Amino acid sequence: MNDFSYTQATTAKEATGRTKDQPQAAYIAGGTTLLDLMKANLQEHPQLVDINTIPFKGIEQTKDGLRIGAMERMSDVGENKLVLEQFPAISESLLLAASPQLRNMASIGGNILQRTRCGYFRDAAFPCNKRVPGSGCPALEGDNHNLAVLGTSDSCIATAYPGDLSVALAAFDAVLTLENQKGKQRQVPVKDFYLLPGNTPQKETVLEAGELIVAITIPAAAHAQRSTYLKVRERSSYAYALASAAVGLDVHGGTIRSARVALGGVGTKPWRSPEAEKALVGQPATEATFRAAAAAALRGAQPRKENAFKVELAQNTLVQALMKVAG
Amino acid sequence: MNDLLLKSRNKQRQQRLRHEVSRLYLSLTDLIPMDTESTFFENPPQTVAVGQPLSRVDGRAKVTGAAKYSAEYNHLPGMVHAVIKTSDVAKGRVTGFDLSAAQREPGVLAILTHQNLPKPALTAETKEGKEAIGYSVQMTFMPLQSDQIFYAGQPVAIVVADTLEHAQQAAAKLRVSIAAEAPIASYQDTKAPRYNPGGKPDADAEGTKRRGKAAEAFAAAPAQVTATYSHATNHHSPMEPSATIAHWEAADRLTVYDATQGVSWQQRALSAILGLPQDQVRVITKYLGGGFGCKGPIWPHSVLTALTAKAVGRPVKLVLTRPQMFTSVGHREDQEQTLRLGATKQGKLLALLHEKTSTTSPWDDYAETNSKFMGMLYQCPNFEATTKLVKGNVMTPTWMRAPGEAPGSFALESSMDDLAYQLGLDPVQIRLVNHADKDPATGQPWSSKSLKQCYQRGAELFGWSKRNPKNGLTRDGKYLVGWGMATATYPVNDSQGNARVRLFADGHAVVQVAATDLGTGTYTVITQVAADCLGIAPDKVRFELGDSALPTTNISGGSMGAGTFASSVYTAAQDLWQKLTKMAVTDAKSPLFRAKPAEVEVVKGRLQLKANPAKGEDFAALMKRGSLTDLEGFGQGKYGAGYEAAQSGAPAPAKPDDAGKESGHAMYSFGAHFCEVRVDPELGTVRITKWVSVVAGGRILNPKTARSQVLGGATMGIGAALMEQTVRDPNLARYTNASLADYHVPVNADIPDMTVEFIDEHDPYINALGVKGIGEIAIVGTAAAVGNAIFHATGRRLRSLPMTPDKVLEAMRQPV
Repeated sequence: MNDFSYTQATTAKEATGRTKDQPQAAYIAGGTTLLDLMKANLQEHPQLVDINTIPFKGIEQTKDGLRIGAMERMSDVGENKLVLEQFPAISESLLLAASPQLRNMASIGGNILQRTRCGYFRDAAFPCNKRVPGSGCPALEGDNHNLAVLGTSDSCIATAYPGDLSVALAAFDAVLTLENQKGKQRQVPVKDFYLLPGNTPQKETVLEAGELIVAITIPAAAHAQRSTYLKVRERSSYAYALASAAVGLDVHGGTIRSARVALGGVGTKPWRSPEAEKALVGQPATEATFRAAAAAALRGAQPRKENAFKVELAQNTLVQALMKVAG
Repeated sequence: MNDLLLKSRNKQRQQRLRHEVSRLYLSLTDLIPMDTESTFFENPPQTVAVGQPLSRVDGRAKVTGAAKYSAEYNHLPGMVHAVIKTSDVAKGRVTGFDLSAAQREPGVLAILTHQNLPKPALTAETKEGKEAIGYSVQMTFMPLQSDQIFYAGQPVAIVVADTLEHAQQAAAKLRVSIAAEAPIASYQDTKAPRYNPGGKPDADAEGTKRRGKAAEAFAAAPAQVTATYSHATNHHSPMEPSATIAHWEAADRLTVYDATQGVSWQQRALSAILGLPQDQVRVITKYLGGGFGCKGPIWPHSVLTALTAKAVGRPVKLVLTRPQMFTSVGHREDQEQTLRLGATKQGKLLALLHEKTSTTSPWDDYAETNSKFMGMLYQCPNFEATTKLVKGNVMTPTWMRAPGEAPGSFALESSMDDLAYQLGLDPVQIRLVNHADKDPATGQPWSSKSLKQCYQRGAELFGWSKRNPKNGLTRDGKYLVGWGMATATYPVNDSQGNARVRLFADGHAVVQVAATDLGTGTYTVITQVAADCLGIAPDKVRFELGDSALPTTNISGGSMGAGTFASSVYTAAQDLWQKLTKMAVTDAKSPLFRAKPAEVEVVKGRLQLKANPAKGEDFAALMKRGSLTDLEGFGQGKYGAGYEAAQSGAPAPAKPDDAGKESGHAMYSFGAHFCEVRVDPELGTVRITKWVSVVAGGRILNPKTARSQVLGGATMGIGAALMEQTVRDPNLARYTNASLADYHVPVNADIPDMTVEFIDEHDPYINALGVKGIGEIAIVGTAAAVGNAIFHATGRRLRSLPMTPDKVLEAMRQPV
């Protein structure tokens, strides 16, 4: 880890001002991702701007749904009554992630900006197009056991966001409020916030330099209320997903009126699947329908030697999650 | 019936042995109380503290943070910090260093490379060096002696700075140019030749072992099972990373605070490598945060820290980072085993052929000896085992909890399960059919064996009789439920060590052994042993360990620690009682004045006449009258074959590998595991929902710490079974998951409430206290028990560890 200076910002304006002065500076909230990356010399920042005291707080009921401040902690959001009642999948995605210690520290804004667990990215001794553009991707022919099968490119097959929360947020049409260095705010849906790797895997999100995540708004919906997050991993806790599914259904008289589907652990970004949703809506809430939706979700998959199992695993995960919410 | 016979034979032997012992002692001196070696064993009232579930005597120090681990000696004058810079690539040559940026960093004191690091006096690369360093040599290669790179993570430079952070930052700025070459990642690389190390001198791996005519017997066998198993690379991953603080207290005198499982071994190794007399090197390890084998041998980082401290003239602290723990202290090698079993229709084994291929380092012919386990577990007249190696660009693998037995048992106990299903036998039944009443490898009787009782008790505790004989038939909702079991065993390896006891007239004692406590409970159990040997309460005993200045002993490893240390303390206490007996019989004021020493016995600290126990006195009275504030006893304790050889007057085995060949008995612990799994056939997840382990491990010194050992061993085995694997990139031969976030070890949620029981055993042949080691046995058979339960649940056999969801899904696609 390099030497760095540390300052606290109490307002968004103050914080963005610091990064305007020092473009290489980074914001630090819980630090659970950033410090790991800095200790491994994967990111170097001459300055850290502590944003913990910026009042991006609160979990509030709005007329359309919920608004959650970006500085709220994973544990607080996961255990919040409003979230539990209106978005069980979001609560589950938070409480199935990491460990209690990490959930108590990590902000949800920071969670959204987690970086990949691809072993080639996490070890600076390896070439990696995401870390050093143009250096190559050993994962293509190497250890790709836990890497993506959807949205990949010849440059990168990493699950750029390895976590859980954004999968659920993408499923339920969550929108991020961002504030840039000019103090201007904009709204970006979570499903559009992450970028596919293409030829520029180093560019992971639409976030501009110095831009802050202010809040997340999630529209209330019947399909969100009847939702779940299913996570499959090699050990029972404290592990990233091999595959996960955030799903919600609104079923009336046995017929699906609306559906939301997103997959984790299998895409180069949190993978919202309009194909699966299309295959669900208007159909009977049966296993056959769910199987068809799962097949649709994975239709474009490009598996490699070690991760081919994810195509089947993701489908089965999705089917089990849908079965659960269908009751 | 067999058990009865064995018991009666044992009894006869025991009596003969005791007679011989008595004769031997009496001919040496009549000052020695009779039957010293078997008194403890034969006289239950002597065991007051031993056998009790005493809570850890070091528990408070650990939970309050007072326990000082090797990296925590921060008071040393002028201590500075070293960071190792390692090679990114797995093969090549260092072509240059750019030191400029690193040297500009604040606080940097030195940057040491192969060009300027002081040379060791010798290394294990020569035969003489290897012999001088001793048993702790595992990797003969010493980095930073040349520009050659043989493995990823090999040290290429050491940066020393005033603070850890400065050293880390300078190391990050240090640029090393390496001309890289294409490495060999593993035995799976078809470019690499496979070879049989049998003919090579100094090979740590066995070549071929044979008895009978295995191939012919297999070909003619009415029932056959042929299968190939693979085992991923595993890393020990103790909580405490390896750490060394080297302090040259004078130009020729070194003190090292080192995270090691054996301070005496480390002392010998460092003194040889650095060219110092052994007494000029002191190694201290008061507390160890786990080892599992990886802190047994001497590894380069300890030597490099000492050389660095010499170079900078200040005490130097080095702590390996977690990623460095994957490339600095060995690993369990990736391996493949092909096993062929031939049997009668009744399930009786006729032939066992085993072939193992594994990856070793460029310099050493190391492989776990799976064949020892293969050859002794079941009665089988025809046996052949062959080891093949591939030299890869990795460091030398090393002992990891039950080296050989753990992976070997996965293969053998899975194939035995196959055979049981093929022949329609219950898995326990087929093991009883093949029960070895004597050691099939040597023909020797067992010193003790309670395996049948382990099966029986384990089955009772588990409810095995309710097992559905057909697989794939038990469902619980979406889960497939299955039961499996497997046998466990681990040898009583040959070992010895010294101890000193110092008894004070005020009723306190200090007991000293250069032992280490890996966190297993050595502090506690030896305190209990010492208390009983001295006839005082455990809280009156201070047991000191972890310092090479104390009496020399073996490492805590190979399940030898408890038995070796306990025996040496016992022998030292006997030495003390002999001195006190002599005092008493020559003291006119003693009630024992003019008694023959042989007529005196010691019971709970009281010296008394055997014929008239009322006549005698307490040691305190005797010592006080003689104005003796304290008195010392010193003794050497033996464990295993050497003990039996010494007792019977036969020559001791020349080296540990020869153990068993010259002694009268084969010496092993035995056990059985029973397991229930729930498999999600669609997601491929396996969860253990019930577990029973029953172990026959000789005398259990402390049921609480012993239970923890079995819990830990079985948990580690479940890790190997279901999740642990270190992955080397097949092209770059560098680990891709060298962190505890990505190298998965079990979490609490993976482990059910386990049932652990011990079968009481009295074994007079193995050591003075009848103690067998239990540090390793619980990992043996564990993965097979899990795999067998998965087979029972799904009808699919998984033969590749770890049995991760991808492999379960792949198996579920196959027809039953």
